[in-house]
Amino acid sequence: MLSITQGSVALSLKTIWLVLLDQASPLHHTLVMDLRLPRALAGFATGGLLALAGALMQILLRNPLADPYVLGVSGGASVATLLAMLMAVTGLMLSAMAFLGALISTLLVFCLARRVGSNSTMRLLLTGVVIASGWGALITLILALAPKDQLPSMLYWLMGDLAYARMPWLAWLVLVPVCLVLLPLGRSLNVLARGPLQAAALGINVVRLERSVFLVASLLTAVAVTTAGSIGFVGLVVPHILRLILGNDQRVILPTSALAGGCLVTLADTLARTVIAPEQLPVGVITALLGVPTFLYLLHRGRL
Amino acid sequence: MTRVTLDQLLVDIPSRKLHPSQALSLQFEPGDTWAILGPNGVGKTTLLHTLAGLKEPRQGSVWLGQANLRHVHRLQIAQQVGIMFQEHHDGFPATVFENALMGRFPHLSPWEMETEQDVALAQKALAELDLEHLSQRSLSSLSGGERQRSALATLLTQQPDVWLVDEPTNHLDLHHQVAAMALLTQQAKQNSTVIMTLHDVNIAAQWCSHVLLLYEDAPARFGPTDALLTKANLEPLYKQTLSLTTVQGRSFFVPDIGRF
Repeated sequence: MLSITQGSVALSLKTIWLVLLDQASPLHHTLVMDLRLPRALAGFATGGLLALAGALMQILLRNPLADPYVLGVSGGASVATLLAMLMAVTGLMLSAMAFLGALISTLLVFCLARRVGSNSTMRLLLTGVVIASGWGALITLILALAPKDQLPSMLYWLMGDLAYARMPWLAWLVLVPVCLVLLPLGRSLNVLARGPLQAAALGINVVRLERSVFLVASLLTAVAVTTAGSIGFVGLVVPHILRLILGNDQRVILPTSALAGGCLVTLADTLARTVIAPEQLPVGVITALLGVPTFLYLLHRGRL
Repeated sequence: MTRVTLDQLLVDIPSRKLHPSQALSLQFEPGDTWAILGPNGVGKTTLLHTLAGLKEPRQGSVWLGQANLRHVHRLQIAQQVGIMFQEHHDGFPATVFENALMGRFPHLSPWEMETEQDVALAQKALAELDLEHLSQRSLSSLSGGERQRSALATLLTQQPDVWLVDEPTNHLDLHHQVAAMALLTQQAKQNSTVIMTLHDVNIAAQWCSHVLLLYEDAPARFGPTDALLTKANLEPLYKQTLSLTTVQGRSFFVPDIGRF
């Protein structure tokens, strides 16, 4: 609600109600239905996707520092998007390029990590991290070579920005079914979190489950990156905070991660739009500014 | 009530050559308590993992009742066979109670929540292992012995027919060693098949009905404990001279330390 009422033009709840009933002025109608509502929906879904992907990656790698980007998914998307921007691609095609880049990166990591013997998580992590830093180098290269007038929009995209979020439906279309599929898998993930050997001893097909989790988490990240660029810290911090409050049961953590991640990004985006209105900040700046101190505080309290 | 049968089994230890004469053919019967003894690195743990279906044998087969383990689905194995590992990795945070309740996993379908009976089983297991007061503590905050008991509690909650236990007395103080061994022999009395690896010959002598001696360079020997645990069998097993002594009518093997 807040994200719809607040902005460079403040709207009252009554105005929004009128818009929904189709009785408001055309300006207000455009503002709500075409700008703020899709943006809020996209923000919420993106946050949900990222937090869910982060929670899954942390279980998969059994590493509390894992986030959705650790295995290079966003790097691939970023390189593809920046290249597309260089070629002056816009709109839907830009999103498609981002998605393609994310998928290519995912498959690259998956195939390289799988090649030699079993698909151990350590190999997955190392492969992912190396690929991610490879993408990082390419991003720097592109930024260095890019014409000056394109730099701001590139940087905005890299920081995560909902201003280009044209397709909230794609994010929702992925988020909701994945949440439903994960519900019955919660207990398996609890067992997997105890380590692969223990999980196998309790009857889990570990290789299959780990591969599925990796692919699902990557898909979630790819969709999130496609929708809003790479928004940092949501996927890292949200699952941690929830674990501190709610315990370790993935059947609770996964759905609440989706909700809390959604709320966080929606709020952050509202802030990003209002703090220096009518100018807008990239939402990634706000989540990072909120996330870094929170994370350091948790680390300091020794609860991680 | 599941018999475990080994047929010409050679476990797969990458770095070691095994002679075909070392292939194992024997049956572990319900009601028996087996100790697997042998020097470090001879493949005791690998044998347990092979029996649990977590590792493919190099040769031969393992039979669970009438079924070749290779053709049994992972989840169905877990419904009958439980294994406790020697090392307990931390994994992600979990409480002692959550860890125990995990033992119910093979018996629940994905959509089912744990029932009151499942919770009661986990609580009973924690009580039997003296862990009630720690049930809400995080695993990572436990001592080695407490963690060992917590792993045993998970196995007890799982209620398998076949118990595979890797070094059950590791890290345990004397009281809890006795308690753990009593718990395992109790399972055998209730007609489970209990197979454990041990490094302490005397614990095997006191608690186990059968032993399997794995030699580095000779065929394995196995059978009833009393017949098998002799100086003649054990000295070449550990390449260590031993003395036999008797306390309260029970035999104890003590390593000779004269040459040090």
